[in-house]
Amino acid sequence: MYSHSQAKKVAIPSKSVRNAYWNPKRREALAGWLFLAPELLGMIALSLFPILFSLLLSFSEWNLVGGLSSIRFAGWDNFAAMLEDDKIGKALRNNFVYTLFTVPVGLFLALVLAVLIHTRVYGKSYFKVAFFIPYISSIIALGAIWSALFHPSYGPVNRFLLSVGVEDPPKWLADPQYSLTAIMIIAIWAAIGYKIVIYIAGLGQIPDELYEAASIDGAGSFQRFFRITLPLLKPTLFFLFITTLMSSFKVFDLVAFLTGGGPNDSSTVLVYRIYEEGFRHFRMGYASAISWLLFVIVGLVTFVSARMQRERHDVPGGRFG
Amino acid sequence: MSRAKAGKIVATALMAAFSVLFLVPLIWMVSAASKVESEVLEYPIRWIPDHWNFAANFRTVWLGDVPFALFYWNSFKLAAAMTLGTLLFSSMAAFSLSKLRFRGRDLAFGLLLSFMIIPPEATLVPRYMLMKWFHLYNSHEGLIVMGLFSIYFTFLLRQFMLGIHNDFIEAARMDGAGYATVYWRIMIPLSKPILATVAIIKFIWSWNDYQNALIFLIDRDLYPIPLGMQLFRNDFADNYSVLMMASLSAIVPLLLVFVVLQKQVIKGISLGGVKG
Repeated sequence: MYSHSQAKKVAIPSKSVRNAYWNPKRREALAGWLFLAPELLGMIALSLFPILFSLLLSFSEWNLVGGLSSIRFAGWDNFAAMLEDDKIGKALRNNFVYTLFTVPVGLFLALVLAVLIHTRVYGKSYFKVAFFIPYISSIIALGAIWSALFHPSYGPVNRFLLSVGVEDPPKWLADPQYSLTAIMIIAIWAAIGYKIVIYIAGLGQIPDELYEAASIDGAGSFQRFFRITLPLLKPTLFFLFITTLMSSFKVFDLVAFLTGGGPNDSSTVLVYRIYEEGFRHFRMGYASAISWLLFVIVGLVTFVSARMQRERHDVPGGRFG
Repeated sequence: MSRAKAGKIVATALMAAFSVLFLVPLIWMVSAASKVESEVLEYPIRWIPDHWNFAANFRTVWLGDVPFALFYWNSFKLAAAMTLGTLLFSSMAAFSLSKLRFRGRDLAFGLLLSFMIIPPEATLVPRYMLMKWFHLYNSHEGLIVMGLFSIYFTFLLRQFMLGIHNDFIEAARMDGAGYATVYWRIMIPLSKPILATVAIIKFIWSWNDYQNALIFLIDRDLYPIPLGMQLFRNDFADNYSVLMMASLSAIVPLLLVFVVLQKQVIKGISLGGVKG
């Protein structure tokens, strides 16, 4: 920390004598605020103000086409309409299915692969890179590849399924029963590299001596995994759990690009509802109400997970532990 | 050879096989981009094309009716501007939050961190209105403004700057350097490794952004690559060889950046997960 006592010891520069108000302490404070200002103001303008403004909008009825003067106070109408809206029901259901499936499966698969890469193989850096490639690729380009792979009649996936004797394979993205499944498969595949890299960083922090000591005491690899690796990896696990949980509720890109929420709203999700109501039907009030539903869900989930983490570990620095 | 060593070789071979399987969609993309359309959906898959059509597909994507080169340039412009802006504003804020002492600093830091739970997806409607009011809707400037600020990167930079020794700063101050000089001549050079990491990751994320572009741009001429991909999908719905060439073109530059700078990228990503 830059210290103030420092400034007292040194002879006061003549400038400060001329201007007694701008003593070193005030000057440092001014510099501090000036350096912070762009970021802070930017975030207030593009994050805090919008979320509060959308709360206001969610109690209004406003069709963009009519201009600002056509805003009408609507009370709880938007929220009442949400309860009746079949598509919102489907979106919520899909969001929860998506989260309940992609978060645990993704975390588990990545953990297995990370432990294997970290301890069991040669060429660690090759594997890190190989599994990471989809993560840095444009999700839209990846979606385009999978749209071909999942082609209902000619796609390699279904040709393979037919060749191993699966009769009547799903039509994947074009199938109301499987569209969400197809999207979840792509999403898990695309994001696994990120989780592996984070896990491996966490694994690298576990001291080797622990494993050596355990081996001398005769612990097998399973025991070592459950007694040493898993407990010491918990902070990493929690970090990944919270971040993937939060982002799973914001799923949008694949849905918008591949299915448009269809067929028959079978793959629609909350953010897609915001997009469609707000930017296709221009029902800004209603889209804002859905936005707040999303915000509250994400907020609750974050809050509960952060609580869980603090209680279990007492980690200082909470959410980033 | 010891048993442990043999086991490790077997495990490596199995994992190698699995990693190839994992990358099959991308291999398929490269193969399909090199084929004539009639061979793309053949089964069993013909990995090496019978009739090479790479050049023709390349021409269709790059010199055809859909201006892919323009999308490329747009993506580059957007990602470069957002990256430079983020580097500047995040490092300035990080300097203030790590090395300057003033009342309200910790409060401001806490406030910034708390913004992290506001999902950008939940602020789309008001941001749309802001863009309209400031006449930034349907412009690159609007997209760039929305991509200039990042709490995540500010946090990473702050953690790094906390580790920079105060002696450097105090010595410079005694020599009469102002805070701007300290920031530009001391903090920035000493933070180069982390700045490079932030730059690469921010560039990749901006390059791949789809949602903001989809909502805040209308004119085709302003489209970045992900939206261009969408045009290709509409225009060439049943022409997978061309679509795969477009995907390949979208992925390759990032892949090159990543292969060259993989250590930085992976380090940067891991920083988020490990307490700094």
